[in-house]
Amino acid sequence: MSDRIDVRKTYKLYIGGAFPRSESGYSYEVTDSKGTFVANASLASRKDARDAVVAARKAFGGWSARTAYNRAQILYRVAEVMEDRRPQFVRAVEQSEGLRTKDADKVVDAAVDRLVWYAGWADKLTQVVGNANPVAGPFFNLSTPEPTGVVAVLAPQGSSLLGLVSAVAPVVVSGNTAVVVSSYARPLPAVTFAEVLATSDVPGGVVNILTGAAATVAPWLASHQDVNAIDLTGIAGETQLATDLEVAAADNLKRVRRAPAAEPDWSADPGLDAMTAFLETKTVWHPIGV
Amino acid sequence: MTTTPAGDVFAYAPAPESRAIVDIKASYGLFVGGEFVDGGGTSFKTINPATEEVLAEVAEATDADVDAAVKAARKAYDKVWGPMPGRERAKYLYRIARIIQERGRELAVLESIDNGKPIREARDVDVPTVAAHFFYYAGWADKLEYAGHGTTPLGVAGQVIPWNFPLLMLAWKIAPALACGNTVVLKPAETTPLTALLFAEICQQADLPAGVVNIVTGAGATGQALVSHPGVDKVAFTGSTDVGKAIARSVAGTDKKVTLELGGKAANIVFDDAPLDQAVEGIVNGIFFNQGHVCCAGSRLLVQESVADELLAKLKRRMSTLRVGDPLDKNTDIGAINSAEQLARIRELSDIGEAEVGTGEGAGRWSPACDLPSTGFWFPPTLFTGVSQAHRIAREEIFGPVLSVLTFRTPSEAVEKANNTPYGLSAGVWTDKGSLILHMANALRAGVVWANTFNKFDPTSPFGGYKESGYGREGGKHGLEAYLK
Repeated sequence: MSDRIDVRKTYKLYIGGAFPRSESGYSYEVTDSKGTFVANASLASRKDARDAVVAARKAFGGWSARTAYNRAQILYRVAEVMEDRRPQFVRAVEQSEGLRTKDADKVVDAAVDRLVWYAGWADKLTQVVGNANPVAGPFFNLSTPEPTGVVAVLAPQGSSLLGLVSAVAPVVVSGNTAVVVSSYARPLPAVTFAEVLATSDVPGGVVNILTGAAATVAPWLASHQDVNAIDLTGIAGETQLATDLEVAAADNLKRVRRAPAAEPDWSADPGLDAMTAFLETKTVWHPIGV
Repeated sequence: MTTTPAGDVFAYAPAPESRAIVDIKASYGLFVGGEFVDGGGTSFKTINPATEEVLAEVAEATDADVDAAVKAARKAYDKVWGPMPGRERAKYLYRIARIIQERGRELAVLESIDNGKPIREARDVDVPTVAAHFFYYAGWADKLEYAGHGTTPLGVAGQVIPWNFPLLMLAWKIAPALACGNTVVLKPAETTPLTALLFAEICQQADLPAGVVNIVTGAGATGQALVSHPGVDKVAFTGSTDVGKAIARSVAGTDKKVTLELGGKAANIVFDDAPLDQAVEGIVNGIFFNQGHVCCAGSRLLVQESVADELLAKLKRRMSTLRVGDPLDKNTDIGAINSAEQLARIRELSDIGEAEVGTGEGAGRWSPACDLPSTGFWFPPTLFTGVSQAHRIAREEIFGPVLSVLTFRTPSEAVEKANNTPYGLSAGVWTDKGSLILHMANALRAGVVWANTFNKFDPTSPFGGYKESGYGREGGKHGLEAYLK
């Protein structure tokens, strides 16, 4: 052991491409799986949530207007940078989820592979869920998917990296922007993931990550009039909270992805649902004639 | 009864469609388990909005009636319809489609009488589209594995529909539900229950197994009992955004799948290079079709400043030729407003609009001269000029023959104004420039974009909104998703 005192990292929020502390000035202690203190994480407040929504809305126009090819490249770039930082993510997963190195390794493998998988969807989704419609008349008629807008994502509480990636990638790959509330007890992989996003050509504001408690931050997102959809997957099993959030979301008819009874098995094939839940279908008509 | 526009040298002779073809009973019960039954509640009257004549007494379903209907639907789902192979379900739907065609005239006349819409529209638009919808979804019943939404039905669907297209909305709800293997309990609107009850007879003629389709009539309380019934697996609603929000709240925390098709305040955008005569037809069709009782109506006309005067002159001239009056007259363009309540809302918002826009240069309220019948509910085609985005007539859904005219200079201003609404159901674009059409189609946040056309519907074409216009799609392959796990 050297005598050198290590330089510790401050874990902050990720809003609009920057890393601010919570405007509230609050933080909370994060421990490893054995209960040993690891770091103080920023405790996101209502104001932080609102700032994140503003950043996400500002980023939506540009991100959704990017070509699908470009979004695919950027998400693939995220996977590349994650792969490059493997040791850091393995350590973070070991620490937060209490996994042995071998198992943490697999989790990081799966998270990187999941990103690669979703990256490839960017320019295929329209072909799979869009449709040319043979209407009974002389009209061109085409249905295509479009992103729904700003999506609040409650990230899984248990799976702090694979679950997080599996919740965020399907939202943004189609052009939505996201305000993510990380796992409360295991927020540190999310902050490290934010650092990857910040260095992977993902425009600021496309993904915003708040560390803190879903129960205190999510109600402000669920009732926010400039949020278009909310993914409740991260509060699996919390029936009352999920119901309250769905009621609040009805105020501006947010698209709601309901909370499952238990946290999903993130190693399973994700299917299309996590993407299609946050898509709108636009149908364009035009007459055909000379 | 049909009025002649002032100054029109070509007088039209009356051309009434005979109503002898319809046989309206004095009273109707509920259609539950394949039979018409007396409800446990009181009854209400449905009237002809063109004459205020009482057409029939209709049972008001109680909570217990709704419960019986849901149970009948569940039984039919478990015992008959769920287990039935798709190819057999398909044949029932084909039968229904054929009977709708066979009884098309009767359905059209009844729809016109109960709703107030012109017979021309009921006959040429509503009923043929209804038959087409059943034909289209009939063919899906045995091909679901190719659609990409699975093949497992949800169970019992509770469906609540509005009064503006009573039979067409019924078809949009029932055809995909049945094709996917669900059974349904449907509540028609309280002012327009008669074609749904005639549809129940059609189900009997088709020998559709008992309980597959159940019709419960009533008002808001009946609808609420239906959508909140724990035995309902799927809620499908078309109607106002306020009720849609209440439904979204009431299903929170349940496993019920929900689709909502709600209000709109569509922008119909005319650029300076548009073929103006065609655009005028599109504008008229967009806002005056079905008395403007259309959720996707083009109720905000956005016209490029450089052609605003020319377009408005043409539009007013065209509006002067619209014939308002007897819905059963084949020459009628604009029929009766569906109810006294709706007429009051249209009047209220129009009066507010008149005060809002004032009488400054180029601003005001305008309607062509037309004599309205003395009985029944009528409102002349109306347009407001000098409307700004803050005015209530530019923000709120009027659901009547009232057009708000705004202007713009650049495409980006048009997009900004068009999207400046909590709704997002439909939009129209008129220009000869292809790249501009596609640019606008991309930029408009609306579920349906009609370019150089308006108010076109087809069973193969998905319909539904962005934002507070609701969620889910009806029609097309997309429409299957709403009724499969």
